[in-house]
This record gives sequence, C-alpha cells and structure tokens, in this order.
Amino acid sequence: MDINPVMPTTIDALHLILGGLGFILLVVAVLRGGGKKAPAPDSATEPEPVAPAATPTPTPALKSNDPESALQLLGLLQQEARFVDFLQEDLTGFSDAEIGAVSRVLHEGSKKVLDQYFSLVPVRSEEEETQVTLAAGFDPAQNRVTGNVVGEPPFSGVLVHRGWKAVKADLPRLAPGHDPKVIAPAEVEL
Amino acid sequence: MSEGSSQYSSQYSVGIDLGTTNSVLSFIDVSQAPEQPREEVLAIPQLTQPGVVESLPQLPSFLYQAHEAEVATSDLNLPWGQSGLALVGHIARHLGAKTPLRLVASAKSWLCHGAVDRHADFLPLNAPEDVSKTSPLAASAAYLAHLKAAWNDRFPDQPLEQQDITLTVPASFDPAARDLTAEAARTVGLQRLTLLEEPQAALYSWVNNSGDRWRDQVQVGDIVLVVDIGGGTTDLSLVAVTESEGNLELNRVAVGDHILLGGDNMDLALAYRIKAKLEAEGKSLKPWQIQALTHGCRDAKELLLNDSGQDVVPLVVPSRGSKLMGSTLRTELTRSEVEETLVDGFFPQVAIEDHPRQQPRTALTQMGLPYAQDAGVTRHLAAFLCRQSNAAQDFFGAAQGFIKPTAVLFNGGVLKAPKLAQRLMSVLNSWLQQGGSEPARLLQGADLDLAVARGAAYYGYVRQGHGVRIRGGLASGYYVGIESAMPAVPGMPPPLQALCVAPFGMEEGSQTEPSQQEFGLVVGEPVTFRFFGSTVRREDGPGLLLDDWEDSELEELHPIQASLPSEGRQPGEVVAVRLAARVNELGTLCLEAIPRDSDQRWQVEFDVRENSA
Repeated sequence: MDINPVMPTTIDALHLILGGLGFILLVVAVLRGGGKKAPAPDSATEPEPVAPAATPTPTPALKSNDPESALQLLGLLQQEARFVDFLQEDLTGFSDAEIGAVSRVLHEGSKKVLDQYFSLVPVRSEEEETQVTLAAGFDPAQNRVTGNVVGEPPFSGVLVHRGWKAVKADLPRLAPGHDPKVIAPAEVEL
Repeated sequence: MSEGSSQYSSQYSVGIDLGTTNSVLSFIDVSQAPEQPREEVLAIPQLTQPGVVESLPQLPSFLYQAHEAEVATSDLNLPWGQSGLALVGHIARHLGAKTPLRLVASAKSWLCHGAVDRHADFLPLNAPEDVSKTSPLAASAAYLAHLKAAWNDRFPDQPLEQQDITLTVPASFDPAARDLTAEAARTVGLQRLTLLEEPQAALYSWVNNSGDRWRDQVQVGDIVLVVDIGGGTTDLSLVAVTESEGNLELNRVAVGDHILLGGDNMDLALAYRIKAKLEAEGKSLKPWQIQALTHGCRDAKELLLNDSGQDVVPLVVPSRGSKLMGSTLRTELTRSEVEETLVDGFFPQVAIEDHPRQQPRTALTQMGLPYAQDAGVTRHLAAFLCRQSNAAQDFFGAAQGFIKPTAVLFNGGVLKAPKLAQRLMSVLNSWLQQGGSEPARLLQGADLDLAVARGAAYYGYVRQGHGVRIRGGLASGYYVGIESAMPAVPGMPPPLQALCVAPFGMEEGSQTEPSQQEFGLVVGEPVTFRFFGSTVRREDGPGLLLDDWEDSELEELHPIQASLPSEGRQPGEVVAVRLAARVNELGTLCLEAIPRDSDQRWQVEFDVRENSA
C-alpha cells in the first residue's frame, strides 16, 4: 500500500467535515436529551441559558443526560448513513479512492438525517474573518470569546467561526417498549 | 352531497389522494373559509421502523403482511393504538424492500384490473400459502383506515366519518373501479363521499393556487391538456375553457386510457442500464444490489435532469454486512445515460401519427398487471390527441387531424424534472407547429406532488358554491352488447349490436329513461352482458342501438352481471327487464334492471365476482 505524500486531498477534508458533522449531531442529541421520553410534538428552541450572574447558591446540580435520544440518533445515522459501520472500521490499507466512495454513503445519509430531523442555523450571520462587535451583556453560551480577553464589553474581534444552533430538533417517536440500545438489528436472510 | 349527510354540517372539506404509490390527505376548514381558502396537508403518523413512529405528509400505499416472529407486538404501537401484523405506510415499503413476497403494492392498479376478482384475497400475488392474503379492495380500505385513524387522532371532536370527503380516482377508471373505490371508503365508515378525477383535482389546485390570476393565464377558447405522470400511472385529460354569462367556465371534454407507466418504470430502466454497464465490466449484481441501485438512480436522476450542469453523479451501493470497505460497489450515472434512457426512451421525439405499438398479448401470459408495453409517453399522448380530435367540437368546432391544446398543466413527481418537462413541451409544440397552430403554454404555479389531494379538498369548498367548477360528466359512453337473434351460420359468430345505456357526458345526479329493448332475465340465475365503453362517440343518445362500429371506437370492458333475486318469483321464471342508467351524487354510474311488471329496480353489478377465481 502506498500513501500519497501530497497530503491534504479533498477526501481528507471530507473526513474532517464528516467527523465534525457526526460530533455536532451527537452533541445536539445530548443537549436535547433531558429525560424526554414522551413524544412532544414540537420542541422548538431550547430555552436560552440565563447568564449565571453572581448567584449565592454554592451547589449547582448537574443535569444527568438520558442517553435514549443519543442512541436513537446513532440508530438513525447507522440506518441512513452506515455511521457506526464506518467508524468501527479500520481504514488502514484502503486507498483514498475506496474511502472516498464509502464516505459518500456516509455524507448523503447523514445529510438526510440532519435535514429531516434538525433545522440548523448559524449563530451569527456575519461573514467569517470579518470584524464583529459583542455588546455588553452578550450571551456567552452563544458567543465564545478567545485570545486577548481583557477589559469590559463591548468587545471587538474577528469572527472565526459562525457557530451552529439547532432551531428544531425533532426525533421520531418511539414505542414505549422499544429498546434504543439496539442501534442496528442483526439481519438474517432466510 | 347526498341527502343523508346533511343532518350535521361538515367543518372540514377533506381531499384524499389514494395514490398508486403514495396517499395524501389534505383539508380546508370550511366553517370559516375566507375568499381564498388555505388547505393544509395532514401529517400522517406511521411506523417507519419497528417501534419508531414518524409523522409524514405521505402515506406510502403499501401493505406488508408481517410474520408474527418478525416484529415484537410492542413495536407496533401507533398514537391511536396498536397496528395489527398487516402494516401499512413507510414501514411496509421498508420491510417489503427486503421481503417482497409479503408486500402488497399497486393495489390501486389491481382495483381497475377487470380480469381479476377484486374482492378476492390474492395479494401479495404468488406468495407462499402461509402468508395471509388480502384483496385489492381490502388493501385500499386499509390505507383509508390508516388515514382515518390519523385524522381522528388529530381531530377527535371532528371525526373523519362526519366530514365531507372528496376521494380522487384516475380519470381513466371504469365504472367498476370507481364503484370499488367508493366501496373501500364505505367499509371504513366514510359515507359523505364524492369522487373526483385526478387531473381535474390537479386543475382545481392550480386554480386555487393562482388565486384570481388564473383568469389571466387562460382565455375562452383555450384547450388545457392535463398531463399527470405519477409513480405508476400516466393519466391524460383535456379541459375546454368557455364562457357563460361573462364568467369563464371549465369543461372536461376528454380523458385518456389507463396507462400503467410512470416514474417507477424510469428508475428501473436506469438501474437496468447500470446493471448492463457493470456486467460489461465483468461485475455481476445481486438482486438486492439492483434494488439499491434503483433507489440510488431515483435521486441521481433528479440531480441530472435539473439544470444544475452536473454531468456525472456517483452511485454507491454499500455492502449489506457491517464491513463497508472493500465490498462496496461504486459506479456512476452520467447525464448522457439519463438523457438517452429517460428523455429519449420515455419521451421520444415522434410524429403525431406515431402511436404506441401494441403487441397482441398471448393467451398464456402470467396473471399480472397490464403494464404499458410501449414506454413512449409521447406516443401515448399522440394517440390520445388524435383519437380525441373532436373532443371540443361542441365548443370550438372540429379539429383537423388531432386536437390542439393551447395550454398544458403538469402534475406528478416525474414532471418536476425540467429536462422531461421541456422535452414533453417541445414534442407537443412540434406537432402543433406542423398543424399550423401556436405553441402551447405551460401553466405556471402547479404543485406537482400534492396537487391532487389539495385540489380535492378545494373541490369540496367549490361544491359549496364558491369559485369555478369544472363541468365533466361521464368521460365515456357505455353500451351493452346484444347478440342478434338470427339463424346460426357455421363459422360466423352471431352479429353483435351495442345498445347505448349511458351517454357520454351524462352528468352527476341525472338518469336515463329505461331502454326500449327488453332483456329476458332468468330469476335466480345471474345473466352476464358484454359491456363496452367509448370515449369518442359523443353523439349517441341513450337507447340508440348500434349495428356496426369501428374497432377503435368501442372498447370492450369486463362483462357485467345482473341477477334477479327469487323473492316473490319462481326460480327459473323468465322476466323481461329494461335497463336504465343513473349517475349518483357520489359520481359513480349505476345501471339498473327494471322489470316491466313492477317498480322494483335491481342493480347491475360492474364487478363480476367469479366463483372460480
């Protein structure tokens, strides 16, 4: 097997995107996880996190995540995009062309899942690599400041990444007895 | 609306498109309908996987007879209760893709297939004995039952049984198939029912979508050709635009034959082309790979047929096992392949005289659906326009050679592809140009996927006296065959006459006088009549006896049957009856046998049930 020394080929870029995509999806799933078993017809936007001002209570309880939605999402990604199959596979020894062919399955399927169950919008509408200003009282959950973080807002800086935000996240409803831990059933042809 | 239903008024006008491959339900709140009503399409909760319920706008018209060990009953929960093992919708198509022997598909096409007993449980066709079977009628009823459950789950206070429902049927459905569709609806309790032809529904939807602007897009003298190419069928209609007291009127003047040819054929054609290409490279395909390819071709075709400028779309068929690498099949579909296969294969550039090639079917064909043998949609269209050359003569005089549409309305997912739509228009316009006419305009603003259901819901609103109504009536005249009484001549079949029992254009709610001709019926024994339809003999009145006609004028339909119950009569007694026709409020034709000596009427059955089926 020979590895192409001229590194950044399009396929590698594709990999990165795909990896990122999967990660985002899982994060989104975990975010909306919070004990939601019963079907809610429209769970629009998540509540805006309130800026934790000087709260006197010293013991903030952490929410525990219910993995059900995450497992369900994995199942959907596996079904449409062969997500788990792909990630569980050892890619050493396969050419970029072969990996590229398979990554199309992954990309098309993941995109289908993403489009069907989520509505994603950028957090900020400005162009990346342009100058933006964060007014006082900006939401730190939606805007992360890095680098020379000193002084008082308004902050001025370069928009590195526009961010993503789910405005809709609606997974299919599950029957009460359905076990989401089965991500893909074994298939036996008779 | 039928009289029995006006006890309570319906809050919604509901339109149901019971399609060959997908069913859609649309509705309008008529209790507060504004000037331009807005329809809504019902999101239909359905199983998509065992244990997974999603709400989708379309209910795939498939039924899957699941094996009891195949799914856990706890995984069959729907919002309104548990489904039985006869699964419908998305999950049926999904499971049936891998286990076709348990899948019922195209029940609607079977419903209009006269050579089978449509009440008989024979689907899935040729399935092993332990698969439970259903009839085309029961399968259609199962889809309607699912739609009803979905509706009643959303509107528990306004059950579907109490709403005015418009159910669409192909314009080419014969009286038997219309009756059966209505019967399927009645078996699930839908009584407040009207039938509407699908191309008309598409036109209604376009009228409603365009608001008042539709009057700017068509003028008096226009002949609108409605071309509806769905997943499994192609349906053609002609609508003449006339004027009455200063208002535009729409008149459906002709409908085409039932052509079993649609988008599914196109996907299959592409998949087989790819298969041939791969086989030339020495790779052989397994059936499941062909199926996956067909699926892939559907998406690829859409990319290549729009104006995106993309020339090649890769097709990847992943392996079935968990190892993807090394066993995944990769190939590609090129623009030229799609254009050759679909644009030239299904929409060939032909002359107006070029009609579908009909090969006589051999007597030994396997029982199956009568799929179109000629895939050339344009050839079918040419034949339709030529046969219907006189369709609009009552309004605009006779046409020379073929009827010349001035405007075209498209419907059905296939025509979303710009290349196919353009080709169809260019072929039509080349005929018009040769005939010395102006090119036809494509009407804008059609909604190709959901128009039929939406138009059907709008039609319910139109029936209440709003907006423009399309005048139609029977799209075909109907005739009963009478064998002349004459001495037998060896080698010669007795000459046949045809008695017109229901004239072309007969309107909803009207009836004919009983015929002069009398028929002897034997009490207690069914009598079978040969039955004919004609979409071209427009002048024949009821009671007219034809001695002779062109083969192309009358099409023989499946025989019909009358039987006199033996109540009050002696079995074996011969009773003279006359025949009369009535088009009921539902929009279906009824033929009745009326004994001379009483006021009783007996229904003549269109769908003859065969004991030997």
